[in-house]
Amino acid sequence: MANQQKKSTMSDVVREKDVEKRNESYKQYVEQTTPKFSCFKNCVNAFIVGGLICTLGQFLVNLYMSMGADKETAKLYNILTLVFLSILLTGIGIYQKLAKFGGAGTLVPITGFANSVAAPAVEYKQEGQVFGIGCKIFTISGPVILYGIFSSWVLGLVYYIYTLIK
Amino acid sequence: MADNIKRITKMAGKHSVQFHEPPSIISVSSIAGKKEGEGPLGSYFDVVHEDPMVGKKTWEEAESEFMKQAAEKALEKANLKNTDIRYIIGGDLLGQLIATSFGIAELQIPMFGVFGACSTMGESMILGAMLVDGGYAKKVIAITSSHFAGAEKQFRYPLDYGNQRPYSASWTVTGSGAAVIACQKDAKNQGFNTDIIIPGATVGKIVDFGIKDNMNMGAAMVPAAFDTIKQNFEDFGVKPDYYDKIITGDLGYVGSEILVDMLKEKGYDISNNHMDCGVEIYDQNEQDTHAGGSGCSCSAITFAGYVMKRLRDKEWKRVLFVPTGALLSQVSFNEGKTIPGIAHGVIVESR
Repeated sequence: MANQQKKSTMSDVVREKDVEKRNESYKQYVEQTTPKFSCFKNCVNAFIVGGLICTLGQFLVNLYMSMGADKETAKLYNILTLVFLSILLTGIGIYQKLAKFGGAGTLVPITGFANSVAAPAVEYKQEGQVFGIGCKIFTISGPVILYGIFSSWVLGLVYYIYTLIK
Repeated sequence: MADNIKRITKMAGKHSVQFHEPPSIISVSSIAGKKEGEGPLGSYFDVVHEDPMVGKKTWEEAESEFMKQAAEKALEKANLKNTDIRYIIGGDLLGQLIATSFGIAELQIPMFGVFGACSTMGESMILGAMLVDGGYAKKVIAITSSHFAGAEKQFRYPLDYGNQRPYSASWTVTGSGAAVIACQKDAKNQGFNTDIIIPGATVGKIVDFGIKDNMNMGAAMVPAAFDTIKQNFEDFGVKPDYYDKIITGDLGYVGSEILVDMLKEKGYDISNNHMDCGVEIYDQNEQDTHAGGSGCSCSAITFAGYVMKRLRDKEWKRVLFVPTGALLSQVSFNEGKTIPGIAHGVIVESR
């Protein structure tokens, strides 16, 4: 809309009598004056880090296959290894530093999920095994688990109906 | 000018108070964490702790320990005992103010627990000064604390979680600051240096311009700072140059710029004498603190360590200390509500 293209000035904000319009104006002004990360730079970093993690994954699959495992087993062991490495790095405090640089590159692969479970486990240890770790370990990954399973169910349903129709 | 205002009432203008016998700040203390000690103001703090847990088992206990030490240090510096203090007014960022309760329990001083988010130091000091000026106490302590890890746990993510912080995000200061506020006449008779006084204050109201981004608190709090500072000028009939420094709490780099612009629109130019504790406390480039420091102790330890020194050395004669707070919670944020701000202004003078 044309209104959203127009730049907001502080004068607009201060002189606006209508509360909603003033807030909208202020929000836009803040948007204009707040420095942001370069999206392009973020994407490049994520690409590099994510790519490296996935390359490591492929290397592990090849390694396990060369040790005698069949393809499916090798993939399983690869996942286990990546999860283990994420949790280890989270525990010793290195993962955060990598993620600060890598962003989506560390978040999207299974490493992100592992970190999101390990981090609360470390944090809430002081509140006890049951109410601390037990209750709060999935605070960050909860949505992933819930909606991941739910969407699998929906797709399963869709597929089932499709087989019936076919 | 303020001197011309008839001193028949303790109320000044719409929201401010003026004290006829201004209470004195006879002692201050600042206990800081490692990052703060490594910052530009590191040398001004009384104590710097390398260990963020200060030997305790949880972040919350650590914050309580910081607070306990701040209270004890302030007493020690004035050669006072806890029994000399009639009331203690304090607060922190944690739910139900547990850092404060557990921190100062041992002192056995009657306590007022207050919540003003990061504006708590201002709120505590104003209430403390009011108690003293009203004749309800000869000496009080105003105190507050915050802890980076405790705040992250309460408001954001576990420390080891791999996420990226935007440029507008701030870094919660780990530390605790305290001020002993005393009846001027009484303290002078006891031999205390009563050069630093609180002649008046402006109590802030909640101001909300609809910002919902909890990663840009500076911008959320600016309207409140703007309102309180403007009100202070109007209530006392003064202009910005009445103060050597106008010191906001944690608006950060982003918020400071917006505040100066906002006040300029109303004809008040504070670009020459504005200072923000969040900007001063860390080195943005070296310490990777993005928009600057925040938290209750950001303003508290900067005031107690750095500002008080400037006042004592007579480099500054009069300042307006305006810590700012963002009154949100995890729940309000999740429920999609905006971030209301508040700012309390304390006039501090050096005679």
